[in-house]
Amino acid sequence: MEYEAVIGLEVHVQIKAESKIWTRCRAGFGYEPNTLVDPVIMGLPGSLPVMNKRALDGIIKAGLALNCTIPDQCKWDRKNYFYPDSPNNYQITQYDQPICEGGEVEIELDGETRAVMGQHKKIKLTRIHLENDVGKLNHFAEDSLVDYNRAGTSLMEIVSEPDMHSGEDAFAFLTAIRQTMIYCGVSDCDMEKGQMRADANISVRPVGQQELGTKIELKNLNSITGVKNGINYEIKRQINELRRGNSITQATWRWDADAGRTEHMRDKEDAHDYRYFPDPDLMPVKIDDEWRNRIRSEIPELPFDKQRRFMEDYELPYTITSVLVPDRNLSDYFESAAKQNPKQAQAIGNYVVNDLQRELYESNESLEDCKMSPDLLLTIVNAVDKGVITKQIAKDVFIEMYKSGETADQVIERKGLKPDFDEDQVIAWCKEAIEENPKPVEDFKSGNEKAINALKGQVMKKSRGKANPQAVDGLLRKLLS
Amino acid sequence: MSETPHIDIDYVAKLARINLTDDEKSRFSSQLDSILGYIDKLNELDTDFVAPTAHPHEVFNVWQEDSVSSEMSVEKALSNAPKQRQNMVVVPKVVE
Repeated sequence: MEYEAVIGLEVHVQIKAESKIWTRCRAGFGYEPNTLVDPVIMGLPGSLPVMNKRALDGIIKAGLALNCTIPDQCKWDRKNYFYPDSPNNYQITQYDQPICEGGEVEIELDGETRAVMGQHKKIKLTRIHLENDVGKLNHFAEDSLVDYNRAGTSLMEIVSEPDMHSGEDAFAFLTAIRQTMIYCGVSDCDMEKGQMRADANISVRPVGQQELGTKIELKNLNSITGVKNGINYEIKRQINELRRGNSITQATWRWDADAGRTEHMRDKEDAHDYRYFPDPDLMPVKIDDEWRNRIRSEIPELPFDKQRRFMEDYELPYTITSVLVPDRNLSDYFESAAKQNPKQAQAIGNYVVNDLQRELYESNESLEDCKMSPDLLLTIVNAVDKGVITKQIAKDVFIEMYKSGETADQVIERKGLKPDFDEDQVIAWCKEAIEENPKPVEDFKSGNEKAINALKGQVMKKSRGKANPQAVDGLLRKLLS
Repeated sequence: MSETPHIDIDYVAKLARINLTDDEKSRFSSQLDSILGYIDKLNELDTDFVAPTAHPHEVFNVWQEDSVSSEMSVEKALSNAPKQRQNMVVVPKVVE
């Protein structure tokens, strides 16, 4: 029997803000343990939570970017549980009136090769709600140590419908969410810093069956690749169980990335009874159209829309857009140059994706700090376009420009890279090359197109690489015809 | 109300992760039962014409702008912890 998997994801994303969600204590990662705390975070008697406006703006922005409905009112609820990661013994979250409802995420699956755009589809969302993050437990042999720095960080939980069918779907879903959040400036979604975390609900059923199979909740998916591998492993495991005639028991499992397998954590009988009730310390929030529209106006063009536009307006190949677009700064950089010289957009794209990326990586500089401005980049694109230097020489000119911040013309002048010969000289070199190499000449004349390259190479050598290859090609053909 | 509500003291203790002696169980369950009975009086009110409300006050949108102002020293933050190590709170090992 053939089986298919059904997957829903719960994605936790920290909202970027200076202070925490219920108090103005600093929020951050990498600080000494328990230095980002205050009476509210430690749950001390008498302390009261006060909402951080930026967390509300952030989640509304995320919700609108993911096509959610933002209801007129939302409220706060206590989720009660006793665990050392939460000094209050409850987490403030949203139970029945979340701030974002519905929504969908456009995702892109891998194409046949890296050069081809993959299939796009839309994954439905159930809701997104806002809550506080909790402290971090560090487990040792005999005991556990708790650091409350993370506790109280603004956290949104993005809940998808059971609308995915493979680890690849989930991978693409997380990638799309991450890029959207980064574009909107809502979160950096760095999974290594815990800014984005995912749990998956996975079940399998015979193909054609409407009813969902018994689900397993999979935790500890600590990287986007981990999500893909963990889910694919779990799907195979469940199908194997069913094929062997066993049944699936609802439970929580965890992904062990080192061992490359999933393992049982706890059965459903241990499931929590959270005893939700409205939080009496926080007032409900009302949201009107003015607020929604203000946030909507702050949402930038989203990655897939930008990619489609780059491919259409600038005729960029998919491979270049797939490097440019995930990086908002890099794509803005490209566009500020391309706007000024749209005809050379492809050449600009190539320089940004190849030469500029390489130099940035090697010099460990950020795009903002480097000397190669979009205007400067245009000077080298123009120099090549006008045939002042060859593409080959341009590679070295680019490196010089990147280091010194000079224009292409300044580098060409300083290094004496401008051709120090005229067209007559090039014609003379072409004639020499034809005389000195009778074999390729004969081959070319008898129809071997490629033979001209041998002659071209000779002329380039005579010009010490400075002649314009297209011009040489034209001259040789003229002389040989 | 005709029926007295009853609390499952074992279940509540388990949720709260606390161990109770038999004596405490009978004492607390009768105390909690009477609290529940008191709260249950609310059910005698006819609320058919009252919209569900999250808060007794008609106040909405209370917040602060995002800026850092509050802090507390590690020493102070951990002064209530029964045990501490490496500036962290030591708790029994519970892997979740």
